[in-house]
Amino acid sequence: MVGRDVAAAALARLEPGYEGEASIIQRHAALTRFAGSRIHQNVAEEDATLRVRIRHNGRTGVAVTNRLSPAGLEEVVARAALIAAHAAAEADPPPLAEPPGESVDSDLGWIEATAAADPGARAAGARTVIDAGVACGLTASGAFSTEAQQRSVVNTGGLVASHRVTQAKLVTVMHGPAGETGYAQSISTDLSKIDAEAVGEEAAEWTARAADPTDLAPGEYPVVLGEYAVAEILEYLAFMAFSGLAIEEGRACVELGQPAFGSNVTIWDDGQDPAGVPTAIDFEGVTKQRVDLISQGLARQTAHDGATAHRAGVPRTGHGLPAPNTFGPLCWNLFMAAGDTPRSSLTQGVERGLLVTRFHYVNIVHPKKGILTGMTRDGTFLIENGAVAGPVRNLRFTQSIPDAFSRISAIAAESRLVGADYTGIVSRVPAVRIDGWNFTGATANEANV
Amino acid sequence: MNDLIECAIDAATGSGAAYADVRIVEHQAESLTVKNGSLAAASSERSAGFAVRVLVDGAWGFASSQDLDRDASQRVARHAVAIARASRLAGGPAVALDDTPPAAGHWSTPYVEDPFAVSLEEKLRILFEADAAMARARGITLREATMEAARERKLFGSSEGARLEQDLVSCGAGIVATAVNDQETQERSYPKSLGGQVVGGGFEAIRDMDLSGHGQRIAEEAVALLDAPQCPSGEMTVILEASQVAIQVHESCGHPTELDRALGMEASFAGTSFLTVDRLDRFRYGSDIVNIDADATAPGGLGTFGWDDEGVSAQNVPLVSGGQFVGYLTSRETAPVINRRSMGSSRAASWRNLPLIRMTNVSLRPGEAGSLDDLIADTDEGILLGTNRSWSIDERRLNFQFGTQVGWLIRKGKLAGMVRNPTYTGITPRFWGSCDAICGPGAWTQWGEPYCGKGEPMQTASVGHGAAPARFRNVQVGVGQW
Repeated sequence: MVGRDVAAAALARLEPGYEGEASIIQRHAALTRFAGSRIHQNVAEEDATLRVRIRHNGRTGVAVTNRLSPAGLEEVVARAALIAAHAAAEADPPPLAEPPGESVDSDLGWIEATAAADPGARAAGARTVIDAGVACGLTASGAFSTEAQQRSVVNTGGLVASHRVTQAKLVTVMHGPAGETGYAQSISTDLSKIDAEAVGEEAAEWTARAADPTDLAPGEYPVVLGEYAVAEILEYLAFMAFSGLAIEEGRACVELGQPAFGSNVTIWDDGQDPAGVPTAIDFEGVTKQRVDLISQGLARQTAHDGATAHRAGVPRTGHGLPAPNTFGPLCWNLFMAAGDTPRSSLTQGVERGLLVTRFHYVNIVHPKKGILTGMTRDGTFLIENGAVAGPVRNLRFTQSIPDAFSRISAIAAESRLVGADYTGIVSRVPAVRIDGWNFTGATANEANV
Repeated sequence: MNDLIECAIDAATGSGAAYADVRIVEHQAESLTVKNGSLAAASSERSAGFAVRVLVDGAWGFASSQDLDRDASQRVARHAVAIARASRLAGGPAVALDDTPPAAGHWSTPYVEDPFAVSLEEKLRILFEADAAMARARGITLREATMEAARERKLFGSSEGARLEQDLVSCGAGIVATAVNDQETQERSYPKSLGGQVVGGGFEAIRDMDLSGHGQRIAEEAVALLDAPQCPSGEMTVILEASQVAIQVHESCGHPTELDRALGMEASFAGTSFLTVDRLDRFRYGSDIVNIDADATAPGGLGTFGWDDEGVSAQNVPLVSGGQFVGYLTSRETAPVINRRSMGSSRAASWRNLPLIRMTNVSLRPGEAGSLDDLIADTDEGILLGTNRSWSIDERRLNFQFGTQVGWLIRKGKLAGMVRNPTYTGITPRFWGSCDAICGPGAWTQWGEPYCGKGEPMQTASVGHGAAPARFRNVQVGVGQW
């Protein structure tokens, strides 16, 4: 089944005078999950979802189906038209995306071996991680996923675009005998680049170092944030700072053209960069543009979908989500510029501070001030006199990110690709040192609750 | 459809599965959003597919597909068996299911007015009237009114002989008003935040909400919050409004009583639980007045059904009784670990997904403190916190921090002024141990939470929480630097 042909076949069923857009996501995904050093969940799914957006006389309707037979296409178009017929007219609806000149047919980031991965390959990777833990007296949990996805978009204005990409991701949390934990992740378009042995060794090493944590009083400390922690902060900046809708509505924690972070911070979004997990087009069929979000601390550009670009009078940047989208545009290929400090030297110069490997359950406390809260997880370490002194119990932070990112005093020269747990955002980021981070609480010693 | 179930089960068992179940789901959903006086989104979704879950040599395999035909059923069943065989490669003990007897029957969500039979014009009328009501507040920046409905037809069969049919209906609505100035953005929502109020039931629930009747009030409150003083910091008495109690129950009782979490099965993603198996029946979770149960039979609950996705019948079981931790949410695989039979909380978010332990309707039973007004009148000094704004809790479900949209200081039994950006934090059993009053049945509401995330691949489930306003002593309020 060729997705763009199905989408075109749906649009061919529109009444004369209607305009429309059809997008189809075809997906084969599998995930092997392990816990307690055994595979306890092992799943595979296949689906293709067609989304039809129809507009007539300024009235828009959207209908979705995974019935892709001729009758299914008739039904979904009729359903979208029915909604449009009853919808309220928009005074100035955004136009459909214009065709880029010639059709887009990208396979940037498509690796055949990843698409063809079988359950045996995932199970073998899980076994390797489990064995790495067992060798150190640890219990491993985690997930090894492979996915092949094709996105195709066709509209009545002549746009035809498609992109197919693959992704493989292996994560693990290891548990020690006293409950200490360590984490590692590897993500790539190419299954062969997932080094299960390295993932297991990294998690085992952090776990071993996290044993016997002590209590630390909350307060403001200098911190070294590892790449997993930095990536999670960028994930939330995608919502709070980099969305054209948040900017338009005055909810963003940055102001375009104004200094947002320290001058050593540069962040951009680029769906075409193979150093990430590419997404060459968005859900409106627009070719993704590089967006220089933060350049040397200055909030320079923002991401747009069709609606926000139309209202702002600027070109789309290729960050539209599936219709109907009231959420606004989203950056999901983020990059933060590396610095010149060797990663291993980030703790140097910290008299008394903390090394945070990873955050947990981060959430927005105040979007306009850019305040987040969350916990540390899977290894939090006290730094004394420039060296890691030992593990501490997990801490809660409540911190303004613009304030923190204005106090970054060192950025690692190395960067790492990190896939977000919840949103699918993939970021390439370095570890950083920040001169002040506000820890507002600590978890309890469970023996005392 | 029943042929497809038989065909898939035969293919699975014929390929070596000792156990197989098949679930076919047809899902229909509709959503509407009116924003700032315009229809911002109107969509209708339909999706159908099936899943086969098998046990081969004590290891799980699962596969799903949208192709609802005999050939696909056999192909997917054999794929599930192949996946199960791969699961054995990692070793480990064999899975053993509990002895739940196979059931047969049909169950439907009770409702008065089918939400899919209500015209689009009528739904839009309700939303545009609510939008207009919010627009009457001077200074409001953004207005949004949303409505949704879902219907799910679900067929389940197992190699043990279970044959079940369910027709589940839910719908909901909500409004949110946002005020923005140079320094602040403030929101007020009704009936609650995070997607509004959603019930397992019919359109009568949306009519009863009277969205337009609350629009102007919440919008005026959002504007007033821009200039309200910052919430003070310190330890104080807190009263949580009912919808905030619901999210508190969700995060600090619902998730930690999931037995798969306690057993480490979610360790790499959502985390584990401080309510370890050795604490069952011997751990003080809260004060004597704290009683929390998981009731899949509750009228109107988003976690209400006839059977879960393992074919276990809906039940009401206690989780916390008189402050003692007495029960878990369980599945057929996990319940034997604590020498019990599944209480029926294994559900999948869609046909694509594997059933996981999910909350049903995890609810705080009402107390004896009367109405919210009664509870305020009984409080000398403190703060009333209303409508969730942010939430976070550690991976063991101990240290939590919540933000609410609004706070009202309480002095001498009366509300004494609004404060903005309130937050509170605590340690779960200490917090529930400080609960000294819960409002009565008249103040109790069955809330719906339609966006509970769990599992890999992540599944978003609809769950319910009954709650009434409750009072907690010596709570840390006003966290962070403002």
